[in-house]
Amino acid sequence: MANDPIHQFQISKLVPIEIGGLDLSFTNSSLFMVGTVALAAGFLFLTTANRGLVPSRLQSISEMSYEFVASMLRDGAGSQGMRFFPMVFSLFMFVLVANLIGMFPYFFTVTSHLIVTFALAMLVIGTVVVYGFWKHGLHFLNLFVPSGVPGILMPLVVMIEVISFLSRPISLSVRLFANMLAGHITLKVFAGFVASLGSMGALGIGTAILPLAMTVALTGLEFLVAFLQAYVFAVLTCMYLNDALHPGH
Amino acid sequence: MDEKRGSGAPEAPGESDERNKDLSENLDARRKRLDAELSARRTVETEGSSNREASKGYALAVKLSSEFIAGVVVGVILGYMFDRFLGTSPWGLIVFLLLGFCAGVLNVLRSTGAVAQPGSGGTGKSGARDEDDGN
Repeated sequence: MANDPIHQFQISKLVPIEIGGLDLSFTNSSLFMVGTVALAAGFLFLTTANRGLVPSRLQSISEMSYEFVASMLRDGAGSQGMRFFPMVFSLFMFVLVANLIGMFPYFFTVTSHLIVTFALAMLVIGTVVVYGFWKHGLHFLNLFVPSGVPGILMPLVVMIEVISFLSRPISLSVRLFANMLAGHITLKVFAGFVASLGSMGALGIGTAILPLAMTVALTGLEFLVAFLQAYVFAVLTCMYLNDALHPGH
Repeated sequence: MDEKRGSGAPEAPGESDERNKDLSENLDARRKRLDAELSARRTVETEGSSNREASKGYALAVKLSSEFIAGVVVGVILGYMFDRFLGTSPWGLIVFLLLGFCAGVLNVLRSTGAVAQPGSGGTGKSGARDEDDGN
């Protein structure tokens, strides 16, 4: 159905692959993930390949994105956090480019699937946990023990802190996923109104201007959300990494 | 493609001073006009920012609800697993659901900045988080 707003999120297998009972097919989602990585890497590589001291326009976009993420990481996790720069920068660029690619009509939005954003969030939290234990040992568990709590309440507070920590990857992934999903569905629904009103004769065409204006406005908003969500994802990554670098005191 | 752009060639050295002066006066006039136009446009933008306010509120709603839901969901998952492996149904689910609710409220309060972050230990180092303006 042409006006089905959910249709755009359907996964279709392009190259069916099955290994040992596991479905490892190359889907349209995989295609757009590869495309995202290729575009981000290609852009950064080409714009900095023959760089000048005075940057060209495209080169300064690359440099600005580098500076942007670097200052975000330095603010969020201190200068020690810079060892995680490659990871944070890759995550930021991946999410940003995936969101922006999803704005093209007929393109697939990778980040509108919960499993993709959840995998990214688990990567972040996994890094935090592994690095935290490797660097601080059991001292890392101080993260769950707030200071100044009466002893009798301690077990309860620690349980709540643990649950709060475990909920981080979920809220991180749900936020990105929900924003992209809701935005694309809204956009599609309003665009669908234009089409169905437009097929209702002269009066319909007259009233179709309203949802059309809404669609234009929403498209602008979606570009903002695409950037903002990539930014939020990267900022929260920095914050969680800060916990791994400096747990408790 | 356009890498030559930034390094635009300066004026040829043989130019007369008079022409340079002319140009700089012209530039000053144009700069003033640009400033005036930009400031006029800026006031228009701040007036018409109700749309941005709305989108900000929407982003805040998604942020806070995802924080809260995540806490409850993790509580339910933990409680369900607890019951499943220890056979204490339904007590694990009840207790962990309540704890998850608390964790969700704690998450929301933390992301609005009403409660200190974990591990800040009163040093105030991590008090000023970037998260607040990011939503």
